[in-house]
Amino acid sequence: MATAEVERRRGQLAALSIAAVVIIVGVPLWWKTTETYRAWLPVSQIRELAKLQLQLSADVEVVFARGTVTPEQQKKVPLTQTQEEDHAVDEDTALKYRYETKYRTATIMEEDALNKPNAAEADLSLHVLSESPCGSLVIYVIPESSSLLPEDVKVYIGQRRTALLRVPQMRTAKTLEQLLHHLQPHIKQVLRVMSFSRADITAALSDRVRFHPGNKESIADSMRAFKSSPGYEITFSLLNPDPKSHRLHWDIEGAAQTYIQPLLTKMSPVANFSIDSQTLHYAMLGVNPRFDNTRSAYMLNADSLAHVINPVEARLGSNAASSNPVLNFLLYVPDAYHSPLYIQDQNKQEVPSNAFHSPRWGGIMVYNVDSYYGPEAEFPVDININMAKVMGVFLAQLRLLLGVQSSPPPPGFLVAPCGSTGLADWELDRLMWSRSVENIATATTTITSLAQLLDQIGNIVINDNIAEQVSSAVTSLQLAVAELEAGNLKFALQFSKEAIQASEKAFFDPSLLHLLYFPDDQKFAIYIPLFLPMCVPILLSLIKIASEARQKRREKQAKKD
Amino acid sequence: MAAPWCSRCAWLLLVFIYSLYVMVISEEPTPGNEQHASVVDNPQTPAETVKQPTEERRWEATQVDETVPDDAAAIKPDLPVPDSVLTPTPPLKDEFQEELVVRPLHSGDIYASFQFRTVWETDFTRGSKVSHYRLFPKSLGQVISKFSVRELHISFTQGYWRTMQWGQPYLPSPPGAELWVWFQDTVTDVDATWKELTNVLSGIFCASLNFIDSTNTVQPSASFKPLGIANGTDHRFLRYATLPREIVCTENLTPWKKLLPCGSKAGLAVLLKSEKLFHSSFHSQAVHIRPVCQDGPCKTSSLELRQTLNVVFDLHASGQGKREWSLFKMFSRTLTEACPLASSSKIYIDVTDNPQEDQFELSPATHLLSQAVVLGDRRTFSVYDLTQQVTFGTVRSLNVLIRWKSTEGDMLRPLLHAERYVAGYGLQTGEIHTLMYNNHPFRSFPVLLLDSVPWYLRLYVHTLTVTSKGKDNKPSYIHYQPSKDRMRPHLLEMLVQLPPHSVTEVTVQFERALLKWTEYTPDPNHGFYVGSSVVSALVPSTVAMNTNITKEQPLFSTFFPTKEESSYFIRVYTEPLLVNLPTPDFSMPYNVICLTCTVVAVGYGSLYNLLTRSFQVEEPNPGLAKRIANVIRKMRGVPPL
Repeated sequence: MATAEVERRRGQLAALSIAAVVIIVGVPLWWKTTETYRAWLPVSQIRELAKLQLQLSADVEVVFARGTVTPEQQKKVPLTQTQEEDHAVDEDTALKYRYETKYRTATIMEEDALNKPNAAEADLSLHVLSESPCGSLVIYVIPESSSLLPEDVKVYIGQRRTALLRVPQMRTAKTLEQLLHHLQPHIKQVLRVMSFSRADITAALSDRVRFHPGNKESIADSMRAFKSSPGYEITFSLLNPDPKSHRLHWDIEGAAQTYIQPLLTKMSPVANFSIDSQTLHYAMLGVNPRFDNTRSAYMLNADSLAHVINPVEARLGSNAASSNPVLNFLLYVPDAYHSPLYIQDQNKQEVPSNAFHSPRWGGIMVYNVDSYYGPEAEFPVDININMAKVMGVFLAQLRLLLGVQSSPPPPGFLVAPCGSTGLADWELDRLMWSRSVENIATATTTITSLAQLLDQIGNIVINDNIAEQVSSAVTSLQLAVAELEAGNLKFALQFSKEAIQASEKAFFDPSLLHLLYFPDDQKFAIYIPLFLPMCVPILLSLIKIASEARQKRREKQAKKD
Repeated sequence: MAAPWCSRCAWLLLVFIYSLYVMVISEEPTPGNEQHASVVDNPQTPAETVKQPTEERRWEATQVDETVPDDAAAIKPDLPVPDSVLTPTPPLKDEFQEELVVRPLHSGDIYASFQFRTVWETDFTRGSKVSHYRLFPKSLGQVISKFSVRELHISFTQGYWRTMQWGQPYLPSPPGAELWVWFQDTVTDVDATWKELTNVLSGIFCASLNFIDSTNTVQPSASFKPLGIANGTDHRFLRYATLPREIVCTENLTPWKKLLPCGSKAGLAVLLKSEKLFHSSFHSQAVHIRPVCQDGPCKTSSLELRQTLNVVFDLHASGQGKREWSLFKMFSRTLTEACPLASSSKIYIDVTDNPQEDQFELSPATHLLSQAVVLGDRRTFSVYDLTQQVTFGTVRSLNVLIRWKSTEGDMLRPLLHAERYVAGYGLQTGEIHTLMYNNHPFRSFPVLLLDSVPWYLRLYVHTLTVTSKGKDNKPSYIHYQPSKDRMRPHLLEMLVQLPPHSVTEVTVQFERALLKWTEYTPDPNHGFYVGSSVVSALVPSTVAMNTNITKEQPLFSTFFPTKEESSYFIRVYTEPLLVNLPTPDFSMPYNVICLTCTVVAVGYGSLYNLLTRSFQVEEPNPGLAKRIANVIRKMRGVPPL
């Protein structure tokens, strides 16, 4: 009996030690050999970024010209005030607008500049006096009696970063505080036009925040412009459906140089642009225009415009050499049998420019040439296209598609025509504000979703280069946010661009896909032949030992009782 | 075998789901840098990406802010703004020509060769950015300016050109896809540029050129010299690759046609209908881009784009037994006009073998005859000029018809001809035989043989023998680059003198390598292709070749530049080889896992039993007889045993 007991004990010990070896050696070994490499990611920082807290700061200088402040008010200036405004977009996104307003009186040279005969000249000489940095604004408050502005104009917005403000009934304010209080709404109005506005910023965040179905028109406005991208390809295409009748010539090279290039040079801080052009023959529109007897012309309805592009688009071709978004500008010369061709708007009226554009795609202009030759003309006719007319339309479309806002100014505002570059400095600033915010929002979304994805799917290998990209994206994002807070618009945009590039590179890295799929059924198919026969006896004997031990204890209990 | 299939499908599905997931999560169509290849891969991609917002796409009439154009115009008032638009236009810098050559073959088949040529007086080499295109296709222009390409030759071929039955083609090409590119000497990292270029071209032509990598790319030292003007021929800037397995079909033809200025809407290109073109014995389409001289002293250089399409229609497959051919029968279309953009548009019918119209009859008859020296021979052609209205006659449509009268007549054997096969048995070693035939009765000439063999056939170069007429023929130049496993293929180039009227045989033995199991193709039992060898030669000509490039000549005779009158350049491709490699059973890994696991489990189980069971002596059971006896004894009341 004793020997049997000893033997039983020995068996139990053997089973226990085998189980121990399996647990202490086997499991870690298996764990180590089947592990996937996952580099460290700055998860906590990414989680912080997921809650987007942005602060936009703009420096505003308000300069009082002679005759707008009383001497005792003047004693208190210069004076600096800070205004903050909160804008909670949704629970994860909150913005804070901060205007640092500095009040001072005009210098003698500025006074001289303000005494110029008209506003445009004053604007120019003020610009020569001091160049304000990117993102800042200078508002000159001029006396009501000033002859700079026409009668009904209250605010003049210059080509650079200056505005002239004429405020009526200044005399009622006794102290400076009262005066400032009186000025405040006017300044705010100017700022809304010249600097970032809620609408712009909300539109820039459209990637991140679902739109509340509000005004249809405002949605259309925000959808029109291309999304922020490090570069754009601008392609001009001349569509000639009838090369047998029309031999078209266009000096696109010279025209692009004259009309488009200045705008693009000015916008170069925002993105890189490249221009090219092509001629497509036998390119037809997708709809047959209807002949209108009353106007003896062919008409293209606004409703059918959506179908016009599809057959042409197949021939436009993508840019083989880059992956930037393409802005298409098509000049369509209708064939001799379908001329002239006009576009009708919803109200059955001819569109004066005979052009239309599609959001985030480009624009089309119809260019009728039938008036240049008589009915007895001998085909083919050589035709030179008037590029000034064409480029005017394309430039307007380009501004819209690039997101340069041209919403009509509020009443009483006079906006200076935007000189040769087609873009005023403050317009560029506005674009840079919204682009920076958009880039930051996009990059954070990309990075957080990548982190989420990697967190959820444990099989993905994270290589060091991806971790590096993620870290650099996070660093750039933090820098961009900090620069926005400090009001350095140029650097903020720069860093936000870097962030977006790094985050996309990490997100689309093909190495993430390699081991993504390792299905559980196949894993089991490999594990079962080995693990099942090995683990079942161990488990069974462990259960047996446990039950015996329990029984023994119960017996002992019974004995005690 | 089902398991790997299942897993592959499931894999694809998961990749798809993942990409959806990615899209949903990021909600951002902006492609990253890494997607570059896929974006350019497919010309439809932009169309698809814009399809996404189609629902929201709103067409809006453009309101032109009047100040903008006025202002812009005011800045530059001296810009020529012609009021009368019918002013004389500046001379155009680009020119387009199209041409079709039809050669009735002695076998009764018919050979049609299209050539479309765009010459553009521009300078891609000087680094200036060229971005305004008229006749030249923008997609190709962007590619050659981005990747600093000096010369690009790409061909897609379905079927094998039978030199012995059909003679020499105007433009030779190997079965499958072939790509060779000369880069400009400003390119620093040629391999990276080449990789990116193949990916982009793969997108443009909808072909699997993206499978070109370092394992099938070679740098021939002598066989592929630049065909256009070139100041340096350093072969570090040359890359050559073939994909012998590439299947050519409609999806390659459509993008090829898109590159033509008239598309397939007018001119000769209306004949290119895929349902007829691919119902043929041989189909080959190619794009050749090279810089050429406009004049003798080469003061101005221009860029030439040649798009060629060669097709051989089979007599028995589509002729219904009758020896009769017409444009309509071949292409199911007739011609009604030339491409209006073309400066010349001609059809040539080779009538050299038919001087007295005893072989075949041609209708409508044409009086225009033209002579051209092509492939070392003076040939006579009937010419139809499509730019003349007269050509189309009263019916306003041209349908050239050839009706054979006799089936006699034999062809001169082509002077140079090559073939290749694999010998040997078993799955370990083998031997590649390349035969080169010189059919010239009394002249010997040198040929350059280029062989590019994948690394998994390990060539034994010490077994290389070259024999002609039973004697050892020592090559005067050998360039051999050994392979590196999974890195680069073997490259073997040699210059061999072919004696007159002889067969020269080049043999080399090889050993088949074992591949890793992921390196096998999806159908490994089909075998592995080895690209054609290339034989390039200057063959003595029977007539004086034309060396004057400024003279007006038909396009098909001007592809290879001729430097001397006494010889002409041809290139002959051999058949690609299909070699079987030792192929494992692909369910084997799993079987091995199961088997070893079972063995281990059985061993472990018995060991475990031995260790944990407690053994005790048991009373042996009484035997059956004893038990029965006991039962009986019990019944009798006797005590049991």
